Amino acid sequence: MILNIQGVRKQFGGLVAVDDFSLSMEKGELVGLIGPNGAGKTTVFNVVTGVYAPTRGAVSLDGTDITGMRPDLVTRLGIARTFQNIRLFARMSVIENILVSLHWRLKANVFDAFFLDRKYRHEEEAMRDTALRLLARVNLDKLTDSQAGSLPYGSQRRLEICRALATEPNLLLLDEPAAGMNPAESIELMRFIKKIQRDFGLTILLIEHQMRVVMGISERIVVLDHGVVISRGTPEEVSRDPKVIQAYLGVTEHA
Amino acid sequence: MPISMFLQHLANAISLGSLYSLVAIGYTMVYGILRLINFAHGDLLMLAAYVVYYGQGIFHLPWLISIVVSILITTGLGIVVERSAYRPLRDSPRTTILISAIGVSFLIENLGLVLFGGRPQPFPLPRFLDTGSATQIGSIAIENITFAIPVVTLLLLYALLYIINKTKTGMAMRAVARDFDTARLMGIDVNWIVAATFALGSALAAVGGIMWSMKFPQINPLMGMMPGMKCFIAAVFGGIGNVSGAVVGGFILGVAEIMIVAFLPAISGYRDAFAFIILIGTLLLRPTGLIGEKVGEKV
Amino acid sequence: MELSRTLGRRALVLLGIILVVAWANGDLKLIGIPGWGSYTVRIINLCAINAVLAMSMNLVNGFTGQFSLGHAGFMALGAYVTALLTISPATKEMLFFMVPLWKPLQNLTLPFAPVLVLSGLVTGLFSLVVGVPALRLRGDYLGIATLGFAEIIRLVLQNVRRLTNGALGLKGVPPVVNLWWTLGAAALTYFALRNLLASSYGRAFKSIRENETAAQAMGIDLFKHKLLSFFISSFLAGVGGGLLASLLTTIDPVMFKFPLTFQVLLIVVLGGMGSLSGSVLAAAIVTYLMEFLRIVEEPHYLSFMTIRGIPGLRMVIFSLALVMVVIFYPRGLMGDNEITLAGTGALLKKLLPKRRVAA
Repeated sequence: MILNIQGVRKQFGGLVAVDDFSLSMEKGELVGLIGPNGAGKTTVFNVVTGVYAPTRGAVSLDGTDITGMRPDLVTRLGIARTFQNIRLFARMSVIENILVSLHWRLKANVFDAFFLDRKYRHEEEAMRDTALRLLARVNLDKLTDSQAGSLPYGSQRRLEICRALATEPNLLLLDEPAAGMNPAESIELMRFIKKIQRDFGLTILLIEHQMRVVMGISERIVVLDHGVVISRGTPEEVSRDPKVIQAYLGVTEHA
Repeated sequence: MPISMFLQHLANAISLGSLYSLVAIGYTMVYGILRLINFAHGDLLMLAAYVVYYGQGIFHLPWLISIVVSILITTGLGIVVERSAYRPLRDSPRTTILISAIGVSFLIENLGLVLFGGRPQPFPLPRFLDTGSATQIGSIAIENITFAIPVVTLLLLYALLYIINKTKTGMAMRAVARDFDTARLMGIDVNWIVAATFALGSALAAVGGIMWSMKFPQINPLMGMMPGMKCFIAAVFGGIGNVSGAVVGGFILGVAEIMIVAFLPAISGYRDAFAFIILIGTLLLRPTGLIGEKVGEKV
Repeated sequence: MELSRTLGRRALVLLGIILVVAWANGDLKLIGIPGWGSYTVRIINLCAINAVLAMSMNLVNGFTGQFSLGHAGFMALGAYVTALLTISPATKEMLFFMVPLWKPLQNLTLPFAPVLVLSGLVTGLFSLVVGVPALRLRGDYLGIATLGFAEIIRLVLQNVRRLTNGALGLKGVPPVVNLWWTLGAAALTYFALRNLLASSYGRAFKSIRENETAAQAMGIDLFKHKLLSFFISSFLAGVGGGLLASLLTTIDPVMFKFPLTFQVLLIVVLGGMGSLSGSVLAAAIVTYLMEFLRIVEEPHYLSFMTIRGIPGLRMVIFSLALVMVVIFYPRGLMGDNEITLAGTGALLKKLLPKRRVAA
């Protein structure tokens, strides 16, 4: 079992964002986390990656307890994420965005950097190689020196995913990667996600607000509403669950 | 310490605390609305004092008129500063507008140096405060102004709280402070409310500056710098964005400053450092201040 | 063949620079060529020191995006360490007439180079004490916290008379500093920081500036990197302070109040908060203007009348300039860009009139 979230509750003062959330994921799975806006999906991500410490409950990765661990340490253990509102390093170039993800593995120290000595230059070259190869795999290698903030929206999304991949994760958390895309673009993106899952051997937890989009590629779905899990199962089971329909449409289907 | 000296110190402490409160309110109100530390606020204190000085000295205005003119001019300047140096930057990163505020503060101070000269000038006191206008309590004499300051402060505070809590403008101010964008969407003329907030805060600073000069009758163009910083610290200490917090913070800071030096004269050289130590302590241990509310960041 | 030609050219350029500096510094007096004149040299010295100070502030404020207003405090530390370790024992005896200097320092003097390094290190050490608590804060809170710390440092320096002679200050700092020291320090600072910023560490700093949350999610240890940036910046501020002490030969606590930080901040904003060469350029411009505008402040005695100077007008102009720049040209002179040979070439081509080919 690669990820185990147990009974997580996250409370902000009087507001309970997430209550009693549990989820286990096995290696290689692609699980969808859906629910109406404000359901608490991103909060779950934030708890898993350590941005928030849960009020109650625990998170473990490959058996190691990572509850409330600092986000950069969580990343070093193999979990990477993207953000709902794109958080690229806008004023830095495309390749620099990727190179940042490789920084924590750097062995050279500051003094090496001051003098740009051979040891440092060696590592820098290796890092650039890795970055370029990654960018090629997501078709962004023609734009390496462009400013990240000036890319078209779809490319920015791909860059963000590529940046997360650069940390060499085992588990990838994608937060509404298709936000702001039209149906055609969304389907394209989903195909892309499926592809990188295969190519990189990833386990993926995917937040999506649009049900239809995520149904196609998820093996399992968890539905969240007002911070509480209201349904679990395969895409077919979940789409027929009246509780889910009510949560999204606000009205029950009268047969 | 003999009780008479203690009372004297206490009276001074309460006076100073009141002055700090008055000026701290301006800082906290502006921060509540714009999330901006208006560095230039403390310098309005100085300006108010000089308007009275010149009003009396050059224009020979009667004392009361000088005060009114001073308050009006200072309030006006506060609004002008907002309009010209802060409003254009409303959508800029917060540090940019902070740099602008620092620049404005230095501009006002240096303009003061150029226009008024660097030498301290004596502040013209009204007849009822002339030498000899002290009240005897036992063996000590406490100047009347020392009593007047807290009284005036309390009156102004009462008026301010009334405005904030019981008038429509005040409600709009609270709305804008709570959520700027939503308030705007609700049809509140945010620019007008911001201007009104600056006006109120500046007016209070003007009164504070005049009373300060009545208590410490030597004025110079840089007189607002240190008190300004201390008042801001008071606002943070009490809970930035919260008017009651500013009052509490101002009082505590003023009282502490005087009483600590009174009881431990050996460390009087560090008098100004207390404020900064309190600032750092607050920021690290309880950043919302004594009475403040938490403002989180959405990830 | 190509390589040796490039190397040869570079060596020639370097030799040329060395000769010019030697001349300006007055070192060529020995062979009969007078220097540039002490007034000009002094300005250049000041420019170079301001460049060091501006680049160091830019590292934290511009490149790492941490709004620190504590520079004056660190400069003060560096200045005092340098002063205490270079002033002769006899002068120290004379200076500390009210409260005698702490025994171990009384007869201690060291050569200038190690003293500068020590100034930097001591300042760097204090920056850790400041940084560990302060860097937990963000934005304007960090700004006022660092401002607070700087004031506390200054007030401590003013009160610990056994070490610093308190408000009396220290005079008689040996004027060791000359163009070699200042320009050397500026050049070293520039190249070291340029390398650092081009490296992975530089990218880490910039990512913190761009988006802290994302940087952390990509494995960057925020605190460690903020502290690193802060330490390096403060080290350089300390060195700058030491150079300043040697240049001015007199220091006192009043010099290191907030307006000093303001001056450096002005230079950084003017030059562009993401540009190292911008800081150097702005340092030169501002330092020169500060001197030039002195003319406006001093009275002028013409044969038929006296034009009264307006003291304080310089600072009015500069404060106004800062506000204008921040509102209308927030990116400053260089924005995020650096001065490069290629860029300068392109700029010149645009500015110079095009040549017409005769028909």
